[in-house]
Amino acid sequence: MPNFRSMVSLAALGAALAACSAPVEETVEGPPSRADLAPGIFDAESVIWNLEMTASVPPPEGFFDRETAMIPLSLPAVVEDEATDEMAEEPGDDVADEDDPDAAPAEAEEEYTGPGLLSFANSDLAFTGDRVIVGGFHGFNVFDAADPDDPEHILSVVCPGGQGDVSVHGDLVFFSTEQGRGRLDCGSGGVEEESSPERFLGVRIFDISDLDAPRQVAAVQTCRGSHTHTFVPHPTDDRTAYIYVQGTSSPRPDSELAGCSGGEPDENPETALYSIDIIEVPLDAPEQAALIARPRIFTDYETGEIAGLWAGGAMEEGAQEASATVSCHDITVYPEMNLAAGACGGNGILLDITDPVSPRRISDLADPNMAYWHSATFSNDADKVLFTDEWGGGIGPRCQSTDPENWGANLIADIVDGELQLRGFFKIPGEQSAIENCVAHNGTLVPVPGRDIMVQAWYSGGLSIIDFTDSNNPYEIAFFDRGPLGPDALRVAGYWAAYWHNGRIWAPEIVRGMDVFRLQPSEYLTANEIAAAELIRFDEANTQTQLHIEWPDQPVVAQAYLDQIERGDALEGAAIASVRSALDAWSAGSPDSAALTAASAMLAEAAGADGLVPAEARRLTELAGLLSRAG
Amino acid sequence: MLGPGTRGYSPGPTSMITFPLRRLFRRGEIMTHFIIVATMGLSLSSGSGFAEAPPIFQPGAPGTETRILTPEESLSQADTGYSADDVRFMQHMIVHHGQAVAMGELVEGRTDNPQVVLIAQRIALSQGSEIEMMRAWLYRRQQSLEMQHDGPEHGAMMPGHGGHAMGHQGHAAAPSETPLMAGMLSPAQMVELADARDAGFDRLYLVGMIHHHQGAIDMVEALLAEPGNGEDTQLSEFLSAIIADQSAEISRMRGMLAGL
Repeated sequence: MPNFRSMVSLAALGAALAACSAPVEETVEGPPSRADLAPGIFDAESVIWNLEMTASVPPPEGFFDRETAMIPLSLPAVVEDEATDEMAEEPGDDVADEDDPDAAPAEAEEEYTGPGLLSFANSDLAFTGDRVIVGGFHGFNVFDAADPDDPEHILSVVCPGGQGDVSVHGDLVFFSTEQGRGRLDCGSGGVEEESSPERFLGVRIFDISDLDAPRQVAAVQTCRGSHTHTFVPHPTDDRTAYIYVQGTSSPRPDSELAGCSGGEPDENPETALYSIDIIEVPLDAPEQAALIARPRIFTDYETGEIAGLWAGGAMEEGAQEASATVSCHDITVYPEMNLAAGACGGNGILLDITDPVSPRRISDLADPNMAYWHSATFSNDADKVLFTDEWGGGIGPRCQSTDPENWGANLIADIVDGELQLRGFFKIPGEQSAIENCVAHNGTLVPVPGRDIMVQAWYSGGLSIIDFTDSNNPYEIAFFDRGPLGPDALRVAGYWAAYWHNGRIWAPEIVRGMDVFRLQPSEYLTANEIAAAELIRFDEANTQTQLHIEWPDQPVVAQAYLDQIERGDALEGAAIASVRSALDAWSAGSPDSAALTAASAMLAEAAGADGLVPAEARRLTELAGLLSRAG
Repeated sequence: MLGPGTRGYSPGPTSMITFPLRRLFRRGEIMTHFIIVATMGLSLSSGSGFAEAPPIFQPGAPGTETRILTPEESLSQADTGYSADDVRFMQHMIVHHGQAVAMGELVEGRTDNPQVVLIAQRIALSQGSEIEMMRAWLYRRQQSLEMQHDGPEHGAMMPGHGGHAMGHQGHAAAPSETPLMAGMLSPAQMVELADARDAGFDRLYLVGMIHHHQGAIDMVEALLAEPGNGEDTQLSEFLSAIIADQSAEISRMRGMLAGL
C-alpha cells in the first residue's frame, strides 16, 4: 500500500524546491491540523487553508429544526454504560420482557414521532443563470446569486421523500424521490395501501418560471425510485433531453407500477435490478416526460447474462445470492466525449453513450479497497476518472487515524485505450474524530489550465482541493474544515458537495445551509492560475453532466501555464524570464508579436525534450500554441 | 421548531487568530504561517432588518394547485412515524450485526491473508458503528435495545438465546446447530470458525460472512415487503445502505473465495 502522506510531503517538497532555492527546512509549508476543532452548529471552530470563505447562507425558515439537527447517532454515554452492563449479564432469562421497565431507557421522554434524522438535510446543487438550486430531503430552495458573495433566497419548495438530488435546465427543476413515504402530491404521511398510484418514487419535474407559483409538471414513476439522476442532453436536438435514473431502492411490485418486479435474473429475467432507467423529456412539453428504456448496462456481452460477471470473472459458480452490482449509485456523463462513468456499488464502469438511449459498457474496474463506488468525475481531457468510495454511507466517522487511508477515499483511474486502469488513491488526513461523519463525497473539477484539480466534499471532514495531474500521486492544496455539531455524540452534518462554478466554490452543508469560497494563492496555486480558472463561465451547470472546459487565449491563461512550467522546473530560469517578459507586455496591452512568436518556438522545442513528464510536455505545448495564436 | 424571529443569521465579524503554537510543535513543522479562522461568526440575530423570506410552496400532483405553507407547517411535513416491524427489525439487526463483529474478532491469530484481514476489519468497523446507530435510534423512540421474544408468527426468527449468537460459547452442552435467526451462523458454526486456521479459516469466514450478509439483505427485503415499514428517514437511508454495502461486499468476498 503506498504511503500517501509521504507522497504529499514529496510533492510539496518538489514544489518548494522548484519555487526557490532556499533550504528545504525553511520553505516546506505543511497544512494546518484539522484535529480537535470545537463543536457548534453555527459557531463551530474552523480551520481554513489556501481558501477564503466569502459567504455563508443559513438554512431557510421551514427547512431547519435545531432538535432534528442534534439527533445523535450514538447513545449518550450514561445509557451506553447501562446497556453494556445489561448485555454482560448472565442471561438467565434471555428474552427481554416487553413490559419490563428496565428494558426501555428510563430517561426517555414522551414517544417520539417527529421528524427523523436527515429530515431537513441539504444535499446536492445545480446552477442555472444566476440561480443556485439546493436540493434536500425536505424539498429544494433557490437562491439568486447574481452577487455570488451575497446569495438571496428566492424560493422554497417542500416535497419530502428522499435525498432530493437536483438538476436544472432553464426553468425546469428535476428532483429525485426514492423513499416509501414519497407521495405524488409532495405531501407527508406516506400511503396506507400496499399498492397505490398515490405513492411516488421516481423523478419529478417542477416548473419554476413563476416564482410565485412553482408547479409540479411531471412525475415519472420508476420501479426503484431515484436515488440520484443525471441530465443527459440529446446529441443533436436541443428540445429533447434524457434523464438517467439511478434507483437503489428495492423494486416495487407490479401491482403498484406495471412492469416492476425484483429478484435475480435466473429466476426473473424481467427483474428491475441490473439496469438503469432512462426518461425522455420533451423540453417544450415536459408533462409528456416518460420512461423509454431500461438498459442492462451490467450485461456480460459475451454470454448475454444481464448480471454480468465483469469483476475478473471471479464469482462463485452457481451461487444464488445477489450479485454486487445491481444498480449504479451515480453516473456522470461527459457528452462532448460520448462517455459516461458509472459508480455502481461494487464497480466503477465506463460507458459509451454515443447513443444516449443505449449506453454500452466498455470497461469496468473493481478494487478491494473500495466499499461502495459512489460518484465519478472525469478529467477535462477524459483521460482519467476520479471515483469516490462512500464507505459507511456518509453517516459513519471514516476519517479517523485508525481507518485505513485508502478506504472511503478517492480512487483515480487512467483511461488507456478505452480501458479503466487503477492508479492512485487520495484521502484527507485521518484527523477527524469519532463524532464527525466523514468519507469521500461529491465534487467537481476546478478549471485551472494545465492541471487536473478537483474540489470535493468530505461531509464533516470539510471540503478539500487536490491536484491529481499525476494520477499516481494526488496531493492536497487547500481545504476548509469545521468542528462537529455538538459534543460527545456522532451527529450527521458537513458538506454534501463542493462544486466549482463561475469563480466560486459552492458547498451545501447538510445542516448549516450553504457556504461559498474563493481560492487564495499559495505555493501550490498561483494568482494567475486562479485568475485563469475564474475566467471559465457556464450559463448552466449540472455537476453530473460534465462540460468541457476551454480556456480563452488570454494573457493570464498563458501566465498560468508559465507559472506551472516554472514550478515544475521544466525550463531554465533565463528562458522563463524571456517568456515572462513577452507575457507581461501582452498583459499590459502592448503585445510584441515577434517576442511572442519567438517564445512560442522556444517552448515548442522544449516540449520535445527527452525525459519530460507528460504533463510538463503538454503545458509547454499548450503555451506554445497559445503564444503562436497570440503572436 | 424555529420560533419567530430566528430566520435572520448575519455573518458576523471573522476573527483571525494565530494557530496554537503547541500544534505546530506537536506536528514537528517549522515555518508554517497558516491561520485558523475561529467561529466564522455566523450567529443568530433577532431577525429585524432582514428581507422578508419568500413563501414556502408545496406543489400538488402534476396538473393540480400549489399551496403555501407556514414555516411551522413546512416542518410538520417531515414528521414520520415508525412501525412495530421497524422496531423489531432494528432490535434483530443489532444481534445480527453483533455476530459480524464477533466473526471479525476471530481473525487475529487465525489468518495472515491480507485480503481477509482487510475485509474483516472493514466489516467489523462498519457493523460496529451501525450497531451504535441502531441502539440510538431505538433509545430515542423509547424502545428496548434488546431483541424481543418472537412468537411463531414471525417466521424469520428461530428460537434461541439472545447474547449467545455472538460467539460466546460458555456452556458445557454441545453448541447448537440452530442459528439464532435466519442469516446468522449457528453456535456450532461459530465454534468451527474459531477452531479453523489459515486457508481453512479464510474459507469458513468468507462463506459464513456471505451467508450472513445475504441474511441482512433478506431481512431488509422482508421489512420493506409490507407497506408502512421503513418510512422513517434515517431508517430508510440505513436500509438502502445495507443493500448497497452488503451486496457489494458479497461480490468482493465471492471473488476472494474463488481466488483462495
